Amino acid sequence: MLRLEKRPSPSRFWLYATPPVAVLLTMVVGGILFATMGKNPFEVIRTIFWDPVFGEFAFYLRGQLLVKAGPLILIAIGLALGFRAGIWNIGAEGQYIMGAIFGASVGLAVFPTESRLIFPVMVVAGAFGGWVWAMIPAILKTRFNTNEILVSLMLVYVAETILAKASTGFLKNPEGMGFPGSRNFSSYPAAANPELIAGSGLHWGGVAALVTGVLAYILLTRHQAGFQIKLAGQAPRAARFHGVSPTRLVVMCMGISGALAGLAGLFEVTGPAGQISIDFNTGYGFTAIIVAFLGRLNPLGIVLAGFLMALTYVGGEMASTNLGLPDAAIQVFQGMLLFFLLAVDVLTNYRFRLAVGAH
Amino acid sequence: MKRRNLLASAAMGLMMATGAFAQGMDHVKACFVYVGPIGDGGWTFQHHQGALAVQEKFGDKVEIQYQESVPEGADAERVLTQMALGGCNIIFTTSFGYMDATNAVAAKFPDVKFEHATGFKRDTPNVSTYNARFYEGRAVEGLIAGRMTKSNKIGYIGSFPIPEVVMGINSYYLAAKKVNPDVQLSVVWAFTWFDPAKEADAAKALIDQGVDVIASHTDSTAVLAEAAKTEGKVIGFGQASDMAEYKPSPRVSSVIDNWGPYYIERVGALLDGTYQQADIWAGIKGGEVLIGEITEAVPPEVKAEAEKLRDDIAAGTVHPFTGPLKKQDGSDWLADGATAPDGDLLGMNFFVEGIVGDIPQ
Repeated sequence: MLRLEKRPSPSRFWLYATPPVAVLLTMVVGGILFATMGKNPFEVIRTIFWDPVFGEFAFYLRGQLLVKAGPLILIAIGLALGFRAGIWNIGAEGQYIMGAIFGASVGLAVFPTESRLIFPVMVVAGAFGGWVWAMIPAILKTRFNTNEILVSLMLVYVAETILAKASTGFLKNPEGMGFPGSRNFSSYPAAANPELIAGSGLHWGGVAALVTGVLAYILLTRHQAGFQIKLAGQAPRAARFHGVSPTRLVVMCMGISGALAGLAGLFEVTGPAGQISIDFNTGYGFTAIIVAFLGRLNPLGIVLAGFLMALTYVGGEMASTNLGLPDAAIQVFQGMLLFFLLAVDVLTNYRFRLAVGAH
Repeated sequence: MKRRNLLASAAMGLMMATGAFAQGMDHVKACFVYVGPIGDGGWTFQHHQGALAVQEKFGDKVEIQYQESVPEGADAERVLTQMALGGCNIIFTTSFGYMDATNAVAAKFPDVKFEHATGFKRDTPNVSTYNARFYEGRAVEGLIAGRMTKSNKIGYIGSFPIPEVVMGINSYYLAAKKVNPDVQLSVVWAFTWFDPAKEADAAKALIDQGVDVIASHTDSTAVLAEAAKTEGKVIGFGQASDMAEYKPSPRVSSVIDNWGPYYIERVGALLDGTYQQADIWAGIKGGEVLIGEITEAVPPEVKAEAEKLRDDIAAGTVHPFTGPLKKQDGSDWLADGATAPDGDLLGMNFFVEGIVGDIPQ
């Protein structure tokens, strides 16, 4: 009989082997799922994982991978810092929305002024919006010991309501014939976030994501704050003896993750999305949680994981349009990825032992 | 300068050449972008029925491709680009929120035809818009509601406060009030097109207020499911599709979106070379809006009255918005006998006199 036994220390092999094994298992089980639906599993897997990067339309889709991966990476890196310290910000989606609303409000308030300063100020406003929204659960936690998971999650729904108000009310396009949605930033160059190199998919959000990845890596490996974060997650009592203030840590981690989510929202609303609309948010804040764990809470791992997740989106869409797979099947496929990741992750901290005889 | 002239005349020549040869096609790939799942039982389901009708009509000459549940925003632009790159000849984008994405992608693919449902932007010659006069169906529902309510409280579940929805609410209310001057209308905003849980909550809120006839502008069957729990006290209507599974009550009638004829016409025009940019807004008369069977839960005289209104609207002898009408704030809108111009309807952002409550701003 097999039984699970806790390892004396986490396995370094499984720490790094988990993501590839999870991807492989997802492909196998997903393939079986697609086969039972009457599709050729190899064709589907190729469409999802191969075609966007090397297929006929890769010239367009590679850039789209960057468009999709950028916000995921930016948000996931912020979340990972908190997750490492045992601070669970689940409401990045709300902070993403608020960042977009704050940033867009600044830009729309000065419309149609042309100035080089407008976009940088919007970026600051976007980060501020996300930060403010994350400070609510942070302060409630440090002052009243509320649960930051619940509070940050609930604030997502508040943010969605404010978004609906913004698109039908205070940010509504005055020339939109009464239809909801703000002005489109693509026709307001001073506030727009266009592709930096045509066709590359790279906009300032992508740049910010990659730079943040490097900065976060340095923070965690070279900086005192990074040490405190890791220590607080691994040994909270030891951290307290070391003089790490839990209050400061909560405020810092929530603040950074909120500001990064806000930035992601600002870059999205001024770039690919173009406008504040009722359905502006499409779940990046939640998907980023998967990305953070898929990347082992390591900034460089998250960059890779972000691209992998983007691949399942872009490739999944292609499989859906070209091969007639229902949208739900693609979602199941993406869900499997997290499921297998968590399942295989057990092996990092536990191992199977063959138990001989009864006990 | 010379070089530029050369390029310009070459481009002109090319345009004329393609114009001359744009005579028709042997094979059309028609693609559809849906905002919900095809099994939503409402809006997207009906568009997909239209797509299937195209396939049935033209058979091998047409290939159908579609993508479900495409978010309105950045993702829509990618899906549209992929479709255009993938060889779609005509792309139907079936939700209002795809407007900017449709026009942005259309500008990059001048040879691909784009058809955007319920929008108003046609930035390039290859973008057409189409919509249906659902408010005509709303008037028929309103008449039934005004006659059937016992509490004199009728309800409407709005999706988003856009002109399309506001004109439906006004039309429903005016028709109800005409046959029952005591009627009161409550509006609940769900801020979604498709979310069965939210729609059910909205229906519950209305039923708690004593409302006994509910119309909705959201796409799922959740509202009827909620009404069904009241054991016949509350009735409602099928929205977008017939929702016949709730016959004979609570679903006493329905407004059906019938896109098939339009899709067949447009794809057919592409096949035979007569395709032109258009802005179509047909209603009961054109067959785009159908009134589903009025069930035996409605007394025969009310049914006859409702069917007469339907036929009168189709014949053009009755317009749901006929003066004298005032706006909610008491200001004049339409003079005696005047009918609402289409421009007023398409930009409608006010309730008519008598409706209580505000349009969210």
